[in-house]
Amino acid sequence: MTSLISLQHVSLKLGHVQALSDVSLRIDAGEHVALIGANGSGKSTLLRVLNGLHDVNEGALQLATCRQAMLFQRPHMLRTDSLTNVALGLWLDRSLKLRWHQAKASALEALSVVGLSGVKLQNAATLSGGQQQRLALARAWAKEPELLFLDEPTASLDPPAKREIEALVQQMIAPHDKPRPMTLIFASHNLGQVKRWASRVIYIEQGRILADLPTAEFFDAECLKQHSHQAFLFLQGETS
Amino acid sequence: MNTFTDSTVTAVQLISNFDPGLWTIAGRSLGVSATAALIGCSLGIALGAYLGVARFRGRSALLTLLNTLLALPSVVVGLVIYLLLSRSGPLGFLGWLFSFKAMVLAQVVLVVPVAAALSRQVVEDVDAAHGEQWRSLGAGNLVRCVLLAWNERFALLTVVVACFGRSISEVGAVMIVGGNIEGFTRVMTTAIALETSKGDLPLALALGMVLLAIVGCLNALLALFRHWQDRHQAAKPTSLRGWVA
Repeated sequence: MTSLISLQHVSLKLGHVQALSDVSLRIDAGEHVALIGANGSGKSTLLRVLNGLHDVNEGALQLATCRQAMLFQRPHMLRTDSLTNVALGLWLDRSLKLRWHQAKASALEALSVVGLSGVKLQNAATLSGGQQQRLALARAWAKEPELLFLDEPTASLDPPAKREIEALVQQMIAPHDKPRPMTLIFASHNLGQVKRWASRVIYIEQGRILADLPTAEFFDAECLKQHSHQAFLFLQGETS
Repeated sequence: MNTFTDSTVTAVQLISNFDPGLWTIAGRSLGVSATAALIGCSLGIALGAYLGVARFRGRSALLTLLNTLLALPSVVVGLVIYLLLSRSGPLGFLGWLFSFKAMVLAQVVLVVPVAAALSRQVVEDVDAAHGEQWRSLGAGNLVRCVLLAWNERFALLTVVVACFGRSISEVGAVMIVGGNIEGFTRVMTTAIALETSKGDLPLALALGMVLLAIVGCLNALLALFRHWQDRHQAAKPTSLRGWVA
């Protein structure tokens, strides 16, 4: 497989906090990677580094040229209609080179995919949390990304909204009818979601990668214990 | 009746009888301050919004300077503008001294730091909370400051009203650069100062009442608009279509 992302001995300090320490990893195209760990462990920071939102202090980051999209835990929508919010996301992406009317046409299609055509003219800032996340997903879907980052996308949603988002993400990352497989990197506290989406799990603690295993091995207690006792203890705590 | 009651009664009569002297001054005052607030807010909000999202060397020093300028005394502004516009000053060739334009210029200088400092705070707060999402979508500093300022337009409307309040209520700068010339550059605040010194308290009080009423009406309008906006936010969509190509 082609290497899409390569990090070598990457460290990052945010203020006085050492957010990432000596992180090295390689992610291939088509992989579905879950980042797990306690709050403040560095999962979200690592996602932001990969998405180019943070510059690293030390080490090397290599990222193959590809179209990216990122979903945040609480998406921000402008106080304007839903259609404009999605179209703006597309129009701003210079790699797409879309004119405004083209962006709007794509946005309209994306809204119908996520089932929000009915609120296309409604002020997006007044939609529910679940609808706003679907809108953010529409914004990502319309870009047809090769690399998708999700930062705890369902953490602040109620169970029905969570299910809707999960189904849409599942549909988005499914390999059918795509010329190139989508690479997914997501941070999550939801172990069920990790099992459903991920092909590989990375456990992070205090900015360091302590375990990096295929999903089946990560959830095999004996195997995990052998690789990382801290990751084993974390998983025990999460599942008990 | 005492002086205050006397003056108040006469002031109310002047207002209700549509005294031409009073309403001319009030109109001129509104013209100068509205123009200054419009120009000053356009410049100040643009500067503040950019400072709210941009990070560069010397930003902290610039913000300190900007915050210091908030306390800029209007007489000092008046003096500096006077020196700039006086016949021997660098801008003397404009011939603006003791004119409407000079008063607007002085008030713009007073308003820009207020608009910039307040809007910087508004935009910086929203950028700290959500800016990275827009950066992730590909929005650079310029686009982000426009989008976030536009998104916070109702908060910025309060900034505009504060700036108008600052400009319509100041007296020092317009007195110096305008000269308080009757029928030409006399505005409400300079007229109040003059009439008080002459002992014509009813006219001064009437002007004071009009001044308060104007600011009060403006704030009431703003409150009504925000109330309307809250009620119609879900139902009536707004659009960016005007300025996106």
